[in-house]
Amino acid sequence: MRATAVAIALAAALALPAAAVAQDCQKTTLGDIEDEVMCPICGTPLGLASEAPQAQQERAFIERMIADCRSKDDIKRALVAQFGDAVLALPGDTGGDDGIEDVLVYAIPAVGIVLAGGGIAFALVRWRGRRTGTGRGAAAAPESGRLDADMERYDL
Amino acid sequence: MRRLLAPIPIAVLSAVVALVALLAYGLASTQPDRGIDDALRAGEREAAPAVELPALEGGARQTLADYRGQVVVLNFWASWCDPCREESPLLQRWHERIANQDAVVLGVDVQDVDDDARKFIDEYRLTFPMLRDGSGDTRESFGILSLPETFVIDRQGRIAAVRRGPVDDQFMREQVQPLLEEQA
Repeated sequence: MRATAVAIALAAALALPAAAVAQDCQKTTLGDIEDEVMCPICGTPLGLASEAPQAQQERAFIERMIADCRSKDDIKRALVAQFGDAVLALPGDTGGDDGIEDVLVYAIPAVGIVLAGGGIAFALVRWRGRRTGTGRGAAAAPESGRLDADMERYDL
Repeated sequence: MRRLLAPIPIAVLSAVVALVALLAYGLASTQPDRGIDDALRAGEREAAPAVELPALEGGARQTLADYRGQVVVLNFWASWCDPCREESPLLQRWHERIANQDAVVLGVDVQDVDDDARKFIDEYRLTFPMLRDGSGDTRESFGILSLPETFVIDRQGRIAAVRRGPVDDQFMREQVQPLLEEQA
């Protein structure tokens, strides 16, 4: 009786950490990864390549790793090992943890767009200012004269 | 005329021109290089592009030049490709048939999961040497658009024939057999 109780206690002690590990394993999802990786042979993000055989194989590969409790970064690294860097869909993604390069690839184009927009706005303001300052005064007199002449012609 | 030279029409025109140029570039860059096929149609044998890839087993790097002096049936395949399944037994038979005539079937596993490739090799009991091109870099130099594709390379390292699709016995008899008689 005592031996049985000890055996049960031992089994419970061994089982508890295993259960805890299983609960700690925060599984990523296929959907979360699909948008961030490419189907290399299809040339599209994996999420858009629905029926292509290579896409199906890649999904099965990812699902096997998800079942093994591998993290998203781990899975991306494994995909890079299989298919090379071109499998990563996001600009600047290196398959590892986010670094300064991952931020810069988004920040630099954003700064470029803001600067270009500012330049265009500045050019437009200057152009409008020049038109109102010079063009309207010079052009308004002959145009109003022509308008008066036209109106006189149709004056009943 | 002055209206056309105003900043807004110029900006719109520039944007349209840039967009058209981008589309033209996109279309041009997705077209496969068909230089090999053009040379073959003209009756010429073009030197095979350089290939340097790791072996599927062991990872030791090999080059196509390592096979100079042999007739090489260079077959690009992947385990996810159904037509590759059809031609694999035939390629294995031909490999066994030509191996003692200084000739070899050389497989290149393209953009594939290596474990799946190994299962495929086991399933079809393929014994010919296999290289691995995970990133698919060789596809561009050989103008490969889909798999399988097979290039028959003579003893001087020149491409003598190409099959863009699965090979059959007739292709092998007509394109490989005559090369076996040629001297290095």
